Amino acid sequence: MDAIVVDGLQKRYKGVQALAGVSFSVREGEVFGLLGPNGAGKSTTVRILATLSRMDAGRAEVAGRDVRREAGAVRRSIGYVPQDSGVDQNGTGRENLMLQGRVQDMHGRDLRDRVSELLEFVGIADAADRVVKTYSGGMRRRLDIALGLVHRPRVLFLDEPTTGLDPEARAGMWREVARLTEHERLTILLTTHYLEEADELADRIAIVSRGQIVVEGTPHELKATLRGDAVHLELANGRMDAARAVLQRLGATPEGGGDGRTLVSRVENGNRALPGILSALEQEGIGVESVAVSRPSLDDVYLHYTGRDFAAEDRGEA
Amino acid sequence: MNVLAHTWYMVVRQARNLMREPIWIVLLLVQPMVWLVLYGQLFKNVTHLGGFGTTSYVTFLAPAIVVMNAFFGATWSGMGMIYDLDHKFVERVLATPASRFAIVLSQIVRSALTAAIQAMIILVVALALGVRVHTGAAGWAIVILAAILVNSAFAGISQGIALLTRREATMIALANFIGLPLLFVSSTLLARAQMPHWMRIAAHGNPMDWGVRAAREVVLPGTSWGTVGLYLVFLLVLSAATALWATWCFRAYERTL
Repeated sequence: MDAIVVDGLQKRYKGVQALAGVSFSVREGEVFGLLGPNGAGKSTTVRILATLSRMDAGRAEVAGRDVRREAGAVRRSIGYVPQDSGVDQNGTGRENLMLQGRVQDMHGRDLRDRVSELLEFVGIADAADRVVKTYSGGMRRRLDIALGLVHRPRVLFLDEPTTGLDPEARAGMWREVARLTEHERLTILLTTHYLEEADELADRIAIVSRGQIVVEGTPHELKATLRGDAVHLELANGRMDAARAVLQRLGATPEGGGDGRTLVSRVENGNRALPGILSALEQEGIGVESVAVSRPSLDDVYLHYTGRDFAAEDRGEA
Repeated sequence: MNVLAHTWYMVVRQARNLMREPIWIVLLLVQPMVWLVLYGQLFKNVTHLGGFGTTSYVTFLAPAIVVMNAFFGATWSGMGMIYDLDHKFVERVLATPASRFAIVLSQIVRSALTAAIQAMIILVVALALGVRVHTGAAGWAIVILAAILVNSAFAGISQGIALLTRREATMIALANFIGLPLLFVSSTLLARAQMPHWMRIAAHGNPMDWGVRAAREVVLPGTSWGTVGLYLVFLLVLSAATALWATWCFRAYERTL
């Protein structure tokens, strides 16, 4: 069964078409990543699914309930971890969790135990009775996630879970999310503008660009659509044309990019092809300074499907 | 029932946060104390003009200062909502089945609760200044009730404006804009008999004056309980109306999301 079904979602925001017909579905128990640069429409999609914003057109179901007509039922079965926190900074971690549980109709021992369990689970039990103001960014984010889990939701929305965290805290958060899928029986929809994050966490990814889904699949499938690995060769004596001829003879596809010394080409399996390439170059007397093989990344995928550079788009250029 | 339970949970949160920084309650009391102690002393001979119902100006003034303080507190109460909106606390709650009405109501109740605590403190100080409440304990309760009702009536308006504008600057401007005129077009500082005719008429439409008159009625001798009841009912109806209006503003805010 699908935990989330989104069909033809449209939304205009202050004159801007934020969503121009977004459709996808998420299977139960899956971690689904909406990947895209800032302003692509990821957060808008999540806000509609979390019953905060209204769609202009389209249809969406979460946990089998229509987000527009059965908003109350949807709210009981989702946990929403917004991009900008929303914790009460003047309250303690425990108080925040207790309040969240109470408005979800949890009471007494069940609630108290659940709160303690979650504090333990996300690793802030020691700080449970301290005011959130005193928390570090990483601790606050972990509390955020715990807040979304109090009432044992079936679907969890994580909107940009690691934005603003330092690399160490981000790695910690990745472990947290990975653990989450084992500990709680959950479907997770996460949005991110970090390609490596989607790659790391999501079972399936949809790339969102300018209010539309450009492509959808597992990270592996998406990368597989870009054939082969990239082999970067830095040549010692600048005989670029000769080297290119050798590579072509071996079945590698030359790519654009690189400077006057570096040659980039695609081969089916970089690691296997490399010894052959190196010995062929040596026979021709072409010296190789350095060599690198890289797996296709989601950066490449983004460029391939949108024709635009991800990083530039994320910074709001292009 | 959800509304009441959810309001309670949210009020508990706010009360607890308030208690973490009780210095605020004290700071907010500086102004009413200045009015009561300094202003009360400065104008103590004003009762010679007549029509005050007492020769002690501070006795005349004390219940009115309680109500005035509740009024000014209310004009600021929307700041709490703006804080919660800015920190996205409201959005987080909106993704839960929490009662929407409770979100608004809890802000008003928090505001009224603060006003009630301050009212008690002001009354104790007034007692030390020699103010005696003519109707005793019942009178104290009525003065505090008047403060609560005046506060919640205006807190509803403040919440609504906070939700419509979502800007602190607008809130501050508006609080200043309506604050002093409503204070002066009322019998808060001066006996009705000494007010210019048109002001006396205009004061009939000033909810702060309703509160002042109800509170003063029980402090001074010759209490008319009918008058007290009437003004309190007026305030109760107004409080309900502004709370509903604030809820309507909340719906309007939700539609902008």
